[in-house]
Amino acid sequence: MIHSLFLVNSSGDIFLEKHWKSVVSRSVCDYFFEAQERASEPENVPPVIPTPHHYLISVLRHRIYFVAVIQSEVPPLFVIEFLHRVVDTFQDYFGVCTEAAIKDNVVVVYELLEEMLDNGFPLATESNILKELIKPPTILRTVVNTITGSTNVGEQLPTGQLSVVPWRRTGVKYTNNEAYFDVVEEIDAIIDKSGSTITAEIQGVIDACVKLTGMPDLTLSFMNPRLLDDVSFHPCVRFKRWEAERILSFIPPDGNFRLLSYHVSSQNLVAIPVYVKHNITFREGSSQGRFELTLGPKQTMGKGVEAVLVNSQLPRGVLNTNLNPSQGTYTFDPVTKLLTWDVGKINPQKLPSLKGSMSLQAGASKPDENPTINIQFKIQQSALSGLKVNRLDMYGEKYKPFKGIKYMTKAGKFQVRT
Amino acid sequence: MSANSAFNEEKGGSSNVGEPEYGHDPASGGIFSSDYKRHDDLKEMLDSNKDSLKLEAMKRIVAMIARGKNASDLFPAVVKNVACKNIEVKKLVYVYLVRYAEEQQDLALLSISTFQRGLKDPNQLIRASALRVLSSIRVTIIVPIMMLAIKEAASDMSPYVRKTAAHAIPKLYSLDPDQKDCLIEVIEKLLADKTTLVAGSVVMAFEEVCPERIDLIHKNYRKLCNLLIDVEEWGQVVIINMLTRYARTQFLNPNMNESLLEEGGGEKAFYGSDGDDDEEEDKDEKDKKKAEAPSVVKRKPYVMDPDHRLLLRNTKPLLQSRNAAVVMAVAQLYFHLAPKAEVGVIAKALVRLMRSHSEVQYVVLQNVATMSIKRRGMFEPYLKSFYIRSTDPTQIKVLKLEVLTNLANETNISTILREFQTYIKSMDKDFVAATIQAIGRCATNIGEVRDTCLNGLVQLLSNRDELVVAESVVVIKKLLQMQPEQHSDIIKHMAKLTDNIQVPMARASILWLIGEYCEHVPKIAPDVLRKMAKTFTNEEDIVKLQIINLAAKLYLTNSKQTKLLTQYVLNLAKYDQNYDIRDRARFIRQLIVPTDKSGALSKYAKKLFLALKPAPVLESPFKDRDHFQLGSLSHLLNAKAGGYQELPDWPEAAPDPSVRNVEVPEWTKCSSREKRKEKKVEKPFYSDSEGESGPTESADSASDTASDSESGSEESGSGSESEESDQQSESGSEEDEEEEERKKKKEKIKAKKPVPESDRPCAPFHGNGYGKDIKTFPAVCLADHAIFPLPVSTNQTITPSGNLKTYELLHRITGEGLSVEYCFSRQPFSPDPHMVAVQIQFTNSAASEAKNLHIEDAKLQSGMRMKEFPEIETLPAGETVSVVMGIDFCDSTQAANFQLCTHTRKFFVSIQPPVGELMMPIFMTENEFKKEQGQLMGMNEITEKVTLGEKCHGEHAVIQRVTTAANLSRSSCSSSPVSGSQVRWEDGDQWQPCAGQCENGDRHNVGQGHPSDPHPVMIPPTLDLLPLNPVNYFLSYGLVLSPSGQSAPVPHTVPP
Repeated sequence: MIHSLFLVNSSGDIFLEKHWKSVVSRSVCDYFFEAQERASEPENVPPVIPTPHHYLISVLRHRIYFVAVIQSEVPPLFVIEFLHRVVDTFQDYFGVCTEAAIKDNVVVVYELLEEMLDNGFPLATESNILKELIKPPTILRTVVNTITGSTNVGEQLPTGQLSVVPWRRTGVKYTNNEAYFDVVEEIDAIIDKSGSTITAEIQGVIDACVKLTGMPDLTLSFMNPRLLDDVSFHPCVRFKRWEAERILSFIPPDGNFRLLSYHVSSQNLVAIPVYVKHNITFREGSSQGRFELTLGPKQTMGKGVEAVLVNSQLPRGVLNTNLNPSQGTYTFDPVTKLLTWDVGKINPQKLPSLKGSMSLQAGASKPDENPTINIQFKIQQSALSGLKVNRLDMYGEKYKPFKGIKYMTKAGKFQVRT
Repeated sequence: MSANSAFNEEKGGSSNVGEPEYGHDPASGGIFSSDYKRHDDLKEMLDSNKDSLKLEAMKRIVAMIARGKNASDLFPAVVKNVACKNIEVKKLVYVYLVRYAEEQQDLALLSISTFQRGLKDPNQLIRASALRVLSSIRVTIIVPIMMLAIKEAASDMSPYVRKTAAHAIPKLYSLDPDQKDCLIEVIEKLLADKTTLVAGSVVMAFEEVCPERIDLIHKNYRKLCNLLIDVEEWGQVVIINMLTRYARTQFLNPNMNESLLEEGGGEKAFYGSDGDDDEEEDKDEKDKKKAEAPSVVKRKPYVMDPDHRLLLRNTKPLLQSRNAAVVMAVAQLYFHLAPKAEVGVIAKALVRLMRSHSEVQYVVLQNVATMSIKRRGMFEPYLKSFYIRSTDPTQIKVLKLEVLTNLANETNISTILREFQTYIKSMDKDFVAATIQAIGRCATNIGEVRDTCLNGLVQLLSNRDELVVAESVVVIKKLLQMQPEQHSDIIKHMAKLTDNIQVPMARASILWLIGEYCEHVPKIAPDVLRKMAKTFTNEEDIVKLQIINLAAKLYLTNSKQTKLLTQYVLNLAKYDQNYDIRDRARFIRQLIVPTDKSGALSKYAKKLFLALKPAPVLESPFKDRDHFQLGSLSHLLNAKAGGYQELPDWPEAAPDPSVRNVEVPEWTKCSSREKRKEKKVEKPFYSDSEGESGPTESADSASDTASDSESGSEESGSGSESEESDQQSESGSEEDEEEEERKKKKEKIKAKKPVPESDRPCAPFHGNGYGKDIKTFPAVCLADHAIFPLPVSTNQTITPSGNLKTYELLHRITGEGLSVEYCFSRQPFSPDPHMVAVQIQFTNSAASEAKNLHIEDAKLQSGMRMKEFPEIETLPAGETVSVVMGIDFCDSTQAANFQLCTHTRKFFVSIQPPVGELMMPIFMTENEFKKEQGQLMGMNEITEKVTLGEKCHGEHAVIQRVTTAANLSRSSCSSSPVSGSQVRWEDGDQWQPCAGQCENGDRHNVGQGHPSDPHPVMIPPTLDLLPLNPVNYFLSYGLVLSPSGQSAPVPHTVPP
């Protein structure tokens, strides 16, 4: 399936290569560079590039292209999904997935890649198994290793691979047994000029951090499970139980994992938490444009809207801006024409606004497009869809775990057209 | 060398610690070292005795490999370390070996013996890794060794090793395709494997080696479908794709009858109704049809093959997978195989994937685009999910646009057009151009909006951006061709544009339009030609060709005004650099300018040039892409990729479905027959031993005082049926007292060995302390034999175990006051000897009484059967009742799912048997046992580790631990006439051997599965027990360690 993998950085250097079958010359990447040149933006490089003898499938994460070389028919999503899994694993191991981190840990990276694929077919992709095989580097371990000459490779044989619960390590022990769940919802919306909602949907996830001893069997139930009609689960969730009782029953992996993600799309369930009043005009003939923006909260269930950040790609004709924010700071980059306004918290009594003028290129005709405004925000302690966890029960172990749940709403791709 | 020093810098401090000599090495001087000295320092380090130095060297070598630097000259130094004790060094050596073995074949052979030794290692993980590396070394000379290793590993008892064997198959195949036939044999064998671990890998091997051998799948089809949900995600993708192809060859087109109606457009309402009941119908059908499967073929109204339905049903839950590739695989399976009415379910899942990474979006959108042409209705409800954001990458925008265009119809066109209007203002010009094209397509497809679109596009002609205008011109041209008469003013308007527009395609389009409809614009056309003649030499080729065309058409319609101009243009063209243009000019001159020599064709010149041309059909580029399997690389590229397996067309008549019927494998059949015979033979023998084992057992149980009294009562129960029921009611009266006792005991029992059992078929309820609080229903028992199957079958020997575990079926809270527990009573289930008796106990702790307790809607894996308990009319509040039902688990540990219904509610519950419960004891001689053992395939290993504490000296304690861990118990038969005979457990119809033996006729069955662990954890066999001779145990399935030659008889009774 996957023949080779090349890691390419943003300046077009191949800084790591790994082959699972016969060696493929790195010159195959020239086709990739060609496509990269043709693409106007880095993310516009086609994910699949055919070459005379191979096919290149690439993903772009953290400004590194992961280019997989394949030789024959394989579902492209299979490769893409796997590459993303590789990136996730690196991130899990090194905290960040940057060129420097990969270069510093090149041996661990190589060992990981060796375990993750066998002859190009995925072998062990569960982070729990991998961590049993290859211990993630920590500062302490690096120091100890240098002194004692011991290694990152697990001494024990990775029994997890043989288990029917491959996602969980055996023999897990903690002194504090804790299980935390974060319900995080992102709202994606397009608001049109007049302020009416064109589309709005919620993408929710429940991320868990479970540190429990032994083999606990957890059940998580919801107050309003009906909300979740479009879900995808971590493989540990017993699907039948969900189908029958709408209860999440699972033996959790050890550590951090994404328990489920869901999608709420019916319009009437999605309340838009902020509104934007805007007035952006360019007048024909004059070299000035007006810019006015006011934000306000709306349907937030009494919770404050925080960490608000507005950005907008202004038309090419705009030379500079002269704006006055009522709170926060704003920046305008005259080269990329990107306007960023870091608002902070919205105070409902005194709504934040950004007003002023834009200077346009003299003599140029007025831009015929108005910029779209992208907004980011956070609302703590509330899930927009109203999803509520009812209870968490644990079976199979005797101790009492500490349980915690947190809700949060964030803006996903929240766009206002002007 | 530069790589080394670079690496050194990064690794900084770590490389210098503990290796001072390295610092003095002159070879480490980086770029100054000459070539022949390259890597001398590394070689030295590799030759040293210190693991830390070796490790450091290997790390640097691996870093070199990672950078693509050549490190092949180190091969001899590295390969020496293949047998290094340090695991990490070893691993890195493997990495090196796999990378360079191909280049240094002779030297690589040095390492082979290490791997061959590894293949024999008792630890499965070491066996697996040895095979993995051995098969990754691409050296042709070891092909026979690899072949042998694969064959051996394929029958290894560890599924993990078998999985590795499956992985090795494609490697060997790519190395030496001549081995295909042998490899197919191995694949066939591994396909029969019942473990989920192997399934994905072997199907992968199948796809690479012999995808055409679809016949190998028949027997495994149902098993694969059933295992699918438990296979790891990557395996799922491969299996689903393979099964899609399989289903296309084996089943009939479910939309067979509908294809006729397709054009009618009314198919949705028509078929919407029957899709729903399909599911329910099917279950009955399935049973029915199993019997009469071959006759299905010719049945007229289409009936779906139950196996086809099985596939659809078992893949559906995977739409909820977190892995996009799995979701896509299921989606394509449904698209290619499901009846129309059911395909809709995939839309939601695909739309969900759109939130993922942009690469995933890209692939999904490509597939959605193809699907939306065929099944537009499916995605219509999700129209808004395809709206475009300004932040999307262009390639995603264009694909979304494609989908939106495909979804446009009369009802939603106005919203889509409004959306398009905003897109036109976008800053991304490529995207704007695509939008204009999309508008054109909407206009051609939907007649009502054609004028609106055309007006909109004409407005765009005054756009400042030339690209936008040009694209509009091209699209307008196409639209005008449909109804030119009404739009001469638009043509005039466009004629004016020739002065400004520079984009060749747009200019060419305008010229073509004017030429084609010159009769509508008689005044302007010659003038345009005049202007064009002036600029002819500077135009692009396509424009020149259109100028010639325009000239020719004008010459034919209006020769008076344009004769000279035409001549001029043709003369210019005659000397053009491009031969296409020269040819065209020559050809046209011959056709239109009448000369004496001019042929017959010139008469028809007008007809040739001014014929009515059909309007172009604006088609989606995704049309007809669905002849490629969706989700495949070939589909994405719209070109056949290497190794692509065509999706076959549905067969006209379904091939014989009976090929998928799985027979019990030969050896199982014969052995079960033998076994049955044996049973009869043994009967007297068994009953003989009954009496004698009595004292043994009480002596045994004396060791744990708590169970003492119980085993006493057991004794008395071994009478007739009626006695038995008496006894039960008695025990009912003892309820309270014993319950207390039981509670106390509960924890004790866990640590304790199971109460040594009697092998009487009787009175397990009393003896085992699990059913103490049973409120017996004598009336029920006596009235209907089947309800409460009392152990009548004395010819069957069932061994009740010491401590039966009770499992919770329904919790008091979820069950709204009704709590249900079950346990395996280790009793024969008389209505059907193949079934395992399950004792179910209802306790009503609610305030009101529960009525009509019964089972409904059992969802069983294929092959499994269930005998329900009869309905319980009422269960008053606070009361407890227990009933017995039978389940044939078909030798699997798959759960039986069913609904437990009360008069008000239904609860979904499932019973999953621990392996130890699927066994029954039988007798056989040592030789017979060995024979059976030899026939085992090693497919069902479950291992359990037993840790022995300080106190566990003495063989008895060890036995206790072992049997507890195995969820089994001893059946003693010291008096057995055949010395050294073995006790084996057997379930309904298949040998499920497991053993453990200690010598001298004291036999134990050591089996599998820990009852308290819902997912038994497999642990490699440990020989923790070994030091505790004189007895050897092997906690692995199917293995009986031979007595290690001790002569001292081991008593199986231990004084208290």
